[in-house]
Amino acid sequence: MFTYYLDLALRSLRRNKALTALMVLAIALGIGASMTTLTVLHVLSGDPLPGRSGDIYYPQVDPQDLRGMYPSKEPPMQLTLIDGMNLLHAKRADRQALMTGGDVPIQPEQSALDPFYVDARYTTADFFPMFGTPFLYGHGWNAADDEAKTREVVISRELDQKLYGGANSVGRTLRIAGTAFQIVGVLDRWQPNPHFYDLNTGSYAYGEQVFLPLQTMMDLHLNRDGSTDCWGNGGGGTGTILPAASCVWLQFWVQLGNPVKVAAYRQFLVHYSEDQKALGRFQRAPNVRLRNVMQWLDHNGVVPDDVRLQALLAFGFLAVCLVNTVGLMLAKFMRRSGELAVRRALGASRRTLFAQLLVESGVIGLVGGFGGMLLAMLGLWLVRQRSSDYAALAHLDSSMLLTTFLLALCATLLAGLLPAGRACQIAPALQLKSS
Amino acid sequence: MAIRPIEIRPILASLRKHRIPAMLIVLEIALACAVLSNAVFMISKRVSDIRLPNAIDEQGLVAVSLRGTDQKLVGSDIPRNLAALRSIPGVQQAAITNSLPLSRNNWGWGFGVSPDATLSRQKSVNVSLYFIGEGGARTLGLKLLQGRFFNADELGDSKFGKAALPETHAVIMTRQAAQHFWPGQSALGRTIYSRPFYYTVVGVVDNVLRPNVFTQNTEKSYDVLYFPMSAAGSMGALSYYIVRGAPRDRDRIMRDAEQKLAELNPGAVAKGETYLSVRDKYFADMSSMAWMLVLVCVVMLAVTAFGIVGLTSFWVGQRRRQIGIRRAVGATRGQILRYFQTENFLLSAAGVLLGMAFAFAINLYLMQHYEMDRMPWYYLPGGAISLWLLGQLAVLGPARRAAAVPPVVATRSA
Repeated sequence: MFTYYLDLALRSLRRNKALTALMVLAIALGIGASMTTLTVLHVLSGDPLPGRSGDIYYPQVDPQDLRGMYPSKEPPMQLTLIDGMNLLHAKRADRQALMTGGDVPIQPEQSALDPFYVDARYTTADFFPMFGTPFLYGHGWNAADDEAKTREVVISRELDQKLYGGANSVGRTLRIAGTAFQIVGVLDRWQPNPHFYDLNTGSYAYGEQVFLPLQTMMDLHLNRDGSTDCWGNGGGGTGTILPAASCVWLQFWVQLGNPVKVAAYRQFLVHYSEDQKALGRFQRAPNVRLRNVMQWLDHNGVVPDDVRLQALLAFGFLAVCLVNTVGLMLAKFMRRSGELAVRRALGASRRTLFAQLLVESGVIGLVGGFGGMLLAMLGLWLVRQRSSDYAALAHLDSSMLLTTFLLALCATLLAGLLPAGRACQIAPALQLKSS
Repeated sequence: MAIRPIEIRPILASLRKHRIPAMLIVLEIALACAVLSNAVFMISKRVSDIRLPNAIDEQGLVAVSLRGTDQKLVGSDIPRNLAALRSIPGVQQAAITNSLPLSRNNWGWGFGVSPDATLSRQKSVNVSLYFIGEGGARTLGLKLLQGRFFNADELGDSKFGKAALPETHAVIMTRQAAQHFWPGQSALGRTIYSRPFYYTVVGVVDNVLRPNVFTQNTEKSYDVLYFPMSAAGSMGALSYYIVRGAPRDRDRIMRDAEQKLAELNPGAVAKGETYLSVRDKYFADMSSMAWMLVLVCVVMLAVTAFGIVGLTSFWVGQRRRQIGIRRAVGATRGQILRYFQTENFLLSAAGVLLGMAFAFAINLYLMQHYEMDRMPWYYLPGGAISLWLLGQLAVLGPARRAAAVPPVVATRSA
């Protein structure tokens, strides 16, 4: 029965090519635009650490003085060096890492290569196991190396390729900002999107090429980049000068395996704030936050407003296209009322006519969906030509591909319901008489 | 087009018979009108942002960033580098600064007008700081409105201590910043404070943009302070060499300057850029968003027009006999044409009325959830008139085909 309906549908669609083309084109344009924008939105609001992000938390405490305070005000977005070190050394979480960003000059031994700058992450040892970074060669450093301020470095696969042609460079010496570092590990491709652990660098498509211990960076006065917020008489943080004690400039991440640990850690942050207040360092009542990765991204509004607006607009456009298709389909089905009346008179039930017409709209939906997919690919290609930091990430994945076809099919079936229903209302005798 | 009341009644009667297709056209026009007015509003907002004025010599300016020099030697390196840059043919001025408007490299601070003001005070005005070395004001092409530029003493003495603010007492601010500190008064000779620092205004310049602009409060984008800075006291904070020449020499100057700085500073990394490309890069996302909005609007209008053509054609086809009868009993072609035009006019009218309500509601929703201003009222009738015109254009083809139906059709059985 279905193949017969399909045959009928194809015949009918072929009979009026212009109208069919118009409907398919409208669906394809609507689907293409909405899928392009939806894919960009999907990519940008993705989980940077699938499977892990639920256990990884960003603690915040409030060390500021009493000026400018008001209830329910968020604590600063980062930590001071003192608080960071205290929380790090307290080791109350399964894993914890304190970090900041910057850039360093690489001075290759090979005379063929000019010195160049790369982005660097200055962090403590748990960064690698906590975020599950994949190692191509070697491994990270450990907490003892942090305290010893060792000259050890982990480099990216890209930098290894550039300097050593992709060979195992573990154990070799690399000159960074005039100091000899020993390479202890080479990371495989790893670029979480968004760059959740430090959003000051730009949220997307940002990857450090050099990772070295935070305390080594402070020892060597390497260049730091990123946001510094100070209060009171705080200042500093220009180039290689470290910010003052009343400045926040470090990110701190912890891993907490279960809800009990999360509750305990939140309690610990409150106790810590109370202790610091008793010591006279903190002036405000405990004001702590503990968000996991996705909550942190959401809180920071990482996905650009424009991307959401584009998606909304595209769906408005899809609605216009669908209303348009409903109208055209109605015209088409009503024009065939003679044919439908004959089928009714010959014994077809309303239900079978309805099914037949829905198959016809389904065909339009599928063809429109295919066209929409091609248009979405074109749209994403256009997005990739842009200079935004997220441009390179805009690709159609299999789940979005499936969504495209489902959306197209559902949309056109929905659009077909009303016209098919109307067309089936025809009284067979009346139509036969008049025509 | 004269609409006589006598023509409207049969149209309404016929529309009542075709309620669903009529409603669909109304709905389609309403949706298109709502999306169109909001999209055009968003486009115009972006275009005005992209064109924000910026009172520096954007056309002739080139910036070369130099990184990785030995910071203990900046006191002698910077004057040597600047001398080399000034020797490039076509270079009129050269100087050094920490950041440029629209470079996204922001140095922010808060100042107040009372001596107890501090950075984090809520009353403090948040500003962006630029530090310029000798000749900086002239290289940038700042337009002096009041007072003077920094003198040689101020430029030579200023240095960074332990804080991110310089140890000097002179500041130049933009007209807009002056307005924020002392509304309606002259800023010249007055003092701003951020304990323990204080600075006296020696000059007021025309508005220069911050490294990052605000899209909602545009006037805040001009809260900018200029401080003097000596080469020796800059502690590596001044990493942009800025060079000014005639616009036609710009690209060559950029290449020469980059090369010269790289030669003079082996081990460091020099990267040149024209100021125009800095500006273009800043607004690239905004302009691609604007183009995407334009594209969606055009395609949506086309789809709407074709939808109207399709439905009206269907109507005309359905009513060929009735048209023939009307023609046979004496209706002119013009009357048939006007019949369909009036019909479309009525449908569009209902559509745009509904559409304006939708557009207003969408704007309210966007204002609540996104950084969006209230849409000025004239976007509503603007969108309405466009859709009205579009409807009339779309209906012209089918209506003319209807008018061409010969009276003889009436005598044939369908």
